[in-house]
Amino acid sequence: MTSADLSAIAPEILISLYAMAALLFGAYTGKDKTAPLLVWVTSGLMVLVGLWIGLSGEGTNTAFHGMFTDDAFSRFGKVTVLFSAAAVMVMSEGYMARRNLLRFEFPILIALATVGMMVMVSAGDLMTLYMGLELQSLALYVVAALRRDSAKSTEAGLKYFVLGALSSGLLLYGASLTYGYAGTTLFSGIVSVASEGDIPLGLLFGLVFMITGLAFKVSAVPFHMWTPDVYEGSPTPVTAFFATAPKVAAIGLFARVMHDAFGQVVPDWSQVIALLSVLSMFLGAIAAIGQRDIKRLMAYSSIAHMGYALMGLAAGTQFGVQAMLVYMAIYVTMNIGTFAFILSMERDGQQVTDIASLNLYSKKSPGRALAMLILLFSLAGVPPLVGFFGKFYVLKAAVEADLTWLAVAGVVASVIGAFYYIRIVYLMYFGEEREGLDAGGSPVLAGFLMASAAAMVLGVINLFGVEAMAAAAAATLVN
Amino acid sequence: METIILFAPLVGALICGFGWKLIGEEAGMWVATGLLFLACLLSWIVFLSFDGEMERIQVLRFIESGSLSTDWAIRLDRLTAIMLIVVTTVSALVHLYSWGYMAHDDNFKHGESYRPRFFAYLSFFTFAMLMLVTSDNLVQMFFGWEGVGVASYLLIGFYFRKPSANAAAIKAFIVNRVGDFGFALGIFGIFFLVDSINFSDIFAAAPDLAHKDIGFLWTRWNAAELCAFLLFVGAMGKSAQLILHTWLPDAMEGPTPVSALIHAATMVTAGVFLVCRMSPLIEFAPHAKSFIVVLGASTAFFAATVGLVQNDIKRVIAYSTCSQLGYMFVAAGVGVYSVAMFHLLTHAFFKAMLFLGAGSVIHAMHHEQDMRNYGALRAKVPYTFWAMMIGTLAITGVGIPLTGWLGFAGFVSKDAIIESSWAGGTAASSYAFWLLVVAALFTSFYSWRLMFLTFYGEARGDKHAHEHAHESPMTMIAPLGVLAIGAVFAGMIWYKPFFGDHAAVEKFFGIPSAHAEATEHAAVHLPMAANAQEAHGGEGDHAAPAEEDHGEEHAAPMAAPGDGAIYMAPDNHVLSEAHHAPVLVKLAPFIAMLIGFGTAWLFYIRDKSLPKRLAEAQRPLYLFLLNKWYFDEVYDVIFVQPAKWIGRKLWRVGDLGTIDGFLNGLAMGVVPFFTRLAGRAQSGYVFTYAFAMVLGVVVLVSWMTIGGGAH
Repeated sequence: MTSADLSAIAPEILISLYAMAALLFGAYTGKDKTAPLLVWVTSGLMVLVGLWIGLSGEGTNTAFHGMFTDDAFSRFGKVTVLFSAAAVMVMSEGYMARRNLLRFEFPILIALATVGMMVMVSAGDLMTLYMGLELQSLALYVVAALRRDSAKSTEAGLKYFVLGALSSGLLLYGASLTYGYAGTTLFSGIVSVASEGDIPLGLLFGLVFMITGLAFKVSAVPFHMWTPDVYEGSPTPVTAFFATAPKVAAIGLFARVMHDAFGQVVPDWSQVIALLSVLSMFLGAIAAIGQRDIKRLMAYSSIAHMGYALMGLAAGTQFGVQAMLVYMAIYVTMNIGTFAFILSMERDGQQVTDIASLNLYSKKSPGRALAMLILLFSLAGVPPLVGFFGKFYVLKAAVEADLTWLAVAGVVASVIGAFYYIRIVYLMYFGEEREGLDAGGSPVLAGFLMASAAAMVLGVINLFGVEAMAAAAAATLVN
Repeated sequence: METIILFAPLVGALICGFGWKLIGEEAGMWVATGLLFLACLLSWIVFLSFDGEMERIQVLRFIESGSLSTDWAIRLDRLTAIMLIVVTTVSALVHLYSWGYMAHDDNFKHGESYRPRFFAYLSFFTFAMLMLVTSDNLVQMFFGWEGVGVASYLLIGFYFRKPSANAAAIKAFIVNRVGDFGFALGIFGIFFLVDSINFSDIFAAAPDLAHKDIGFLWTRWNAAELCAFLLFVGAMGKSAQLILHTWLPDAMEGPTPVSALIHAATMVTAGVFLVCRMSPLIEFAPHAKSFIVVLGASTAFFAATVGLVQNDIKRVIAYSTCSQLGYMFVAAGVGVYSVAMFHLLTHAFFKAMLFLGAGSVIHAMHHEQDMRNYGALRAKVPYTFWAMMIGTLAITGVGIPLTGWLGFAGFVSKDAIIESSWAGGTAASSYAFWLLVVAALFTSFYSWRLMFLTFYGEARGDKHAHEHAHESPMTMIAPLGVLAIGAVFAGMIWYKPFFGDHAAVEKFFGIPSAHAEATEHAAVHLPMAANAQEAHGGEGDHAAPAEEDHGEEHAAPMAAPGDGAIYMAPDNHVLSEAHHAPVLVKLAPFIAMLIGFGTAWLFYIRDKSLPKRLAEAQRPLYLFLLNKWYFDEVYDVIFVQPAKWIGRKLWRVGDLGTIDGFLNGLAMGVVPFFTRLAGRAQSGYVFTYAFAMVLGVVVLVSWMTIGGGAH
């Protein structure tokens, strides 16, 4: 273990140490009373670490004999994860405090999950991969069940845990098959075995099993079924977290495994991912139509969006990875805004998640309704908004990779999916008079909502430079 | 100053159209009217102080795309100057007139605000028209061309509660599309050939175009001929020439001031302006010129015959307009563009006055337009009567014969056209000469018929209306007075620079004089002149000796295309030869006028049963004319019905049946089915979810193994 190894992994170590220190601090001082402080400190630390990684990191450094990679791709993933995690925590603080949910473990668990995600996107070895994945997952199982006295929340945590264990089993089985046929767990070793022309059938089996494990994490069809239940059952801030950072980390890991370990057999995994992509897009679009609960609806929405991101991955090209990263950055921004809105949906101080409660919301709070309208249109991919460009990039990547059928399917699915987004807009603006929501709400949430909506409009100018960063990140991954 | 003229109406339109709620209705209308009068004043200053030299005033960069590079600029030459005064004068007067005419309108509900909208449209129209006439290139002109089309559409359909007005507006728009398509093709063709759409470049390239071929449709055409023809198709639409004329009579559904401004004085003359503007190109297209002459003469004749039997006062004048536009095209087609512009100018005065006078009568008679219900209005509306009388004297061409210039405006310009058509020397122009003389007879007849039916005889129709007939307010009479001055004197004042004297014409239009610069330019222009003669074949040979015979006086204008506001080829001597027409030719229109007047007097003053008896005796002919030669009916069968049929088919079968059926089936049948399926699959039980995952693994592994993934 050299100092070069340590400096490559320094951000992860820093947050881990902080998490342990914070745990001791919380346990031995005011317990839950320290929670608001911890939330702010954790978020602040994450933003600082994110800035540090984003601004100081350069080049490609491998540590621990290639088990850990620090390159532009991992930095892109880490910065996105850190910023979105910090944003979600800040948004959650007021909501959880008012519902007596704000345990001091919450920020610590999130911090640990974040460390897991950072390890995931940096993984250079099947062991690192599994370590990061489990660190993330274990923390998430707990936060899903954060509301211990609620049957729904505990059910969500349990379902997530059981199915997550199954998927871990599948992943591990795939990893062991891969190890057995490649003789190494290092990605660089696997790729050299796979490149020797005839790829062993066992390695392909290993590949498929690993894909299923990863597909579970990005909730791609048919490994998505936990998503709606967990999203609905978990406390809303946790749902918001599920919908953002872990998705980025999981798809980042997905891309890393595919390109770093199996970069020589692109056609083999490309077809599988294309299948997952098209199933996710259609199921996400079609099943969401039947939802009446906005959290469940967002679950299906995220399934569909993951389908589009996978389309970029399925292209198997550098531009495909770039499109995928751009798509994820946009997706996270849109979801933060949307969940800021969902968190502020209250009636008489009680959380409401019924879509029907949005009837004529525009009359009560025209500003928020307008911001939500922009976000929904952006989620649906309506042209002048940023969401459209995300879809446009992945479609272009698919077409350029001769997956025109996939691009066409994506367009058809987006037409179907537009229905349920626009139905919410319809309810907000032209719905019927019913018991509505409370007007007003937390200024923090409103700020996030407005900023996200503004980004959807202003981003069309140059996407805030994300495109160039994603291009650099994709270039280091695919070469 | 030119920029102010151009933009004052636009500013007026914007303030009046959007700002009237802030500053009040009347204030908005005052702003629009005031700015128009300002533009009018400045236009007259420009016109009177203009020295004939072309000026170019840059407004802004317009289009920059590939090799297409265009400015938005004002091209100020004599043609522009003439159009400036025509457009702004008539428009300013019509604005003023509308204060009275539009004061109360039964087509709108009480308290409904429609006047600022009307004034804003009028001002917007004026801006678009000025854009058209001041343009420096074809695209800018097309912009103005479409702008006046839009304004015309809005104003014809101004009474939007009347289905007939809406139908007329749509008809005008669609028929104009046909012409505009030709115009656009012409622009494309010119850009394709010249690689520029700026007038100066086009004019410079015009002699070369005469030697180029271009493939279009099924065969190859002479480039100059084709471009000239396509541009003229655009002119046919806008100027309501035969085939594309059907919209103009229907356009009378609009308020009468609109008819006076748009459908008599300005917009419909845009086609004539286009032909004159493009004279350097037209001159190199002898066949297109012949076509223009034939079509113009046929329109003049056709419209005059239809005008004989119409009963709606505005329709009579509308057909009269159509007919007079034919005269202008004949002049342009035989190559005397100055005379075409001359008639355009004088016609603007007397035709606007006739329309405004008719409007005054309609106003007095409570929006009754059928002349059969008029009669004996002379005493009730004396000022209007005298204005209409002057207008009629002008349009029928009353003057002292053989002096050439001593007479009402229409006398001078119309005789100039008829003499020119005689001097044209081609088969087409002889055809035009005879038709125009006959048309002059008919013009005289229907104009006097209108006068006699309206102002003489005994009161007919609704007694109540006649009792309450009253003279119009001052705001309506004053414009008539101003226009009357023009109708009387315009011909006499501008006879020389437009037609009378070759040198004066050249000076007026800024054409470099042959006398002064012949030696200087000889070296440059000789090859070109030779080319032109080659192109014209036999005509050119014939022209050369003619030039020698006539010596100094008939020296060819040795200007290059584009040097002046208009261009006349070196072998174009129509202007000079027109003055040497035989006496009988010069007398012909006057005699025709007298016969027309006499017949009208006989029919409508002397023996009032005569028209009816004649109509019964010649019933098929009468119906043929009354139904406007059945153009509308034929078009209905050939174009409208099939188009409707196709539209219905596409709607019923294509849209409703196929597209809607498919999409609705998908959106309301298939998708919800899968939604329900997905909902049922989401059972909530962990074992179902786990089963789905395992199933997924099995499917993926099988796919990979069987589906070609494993080699």
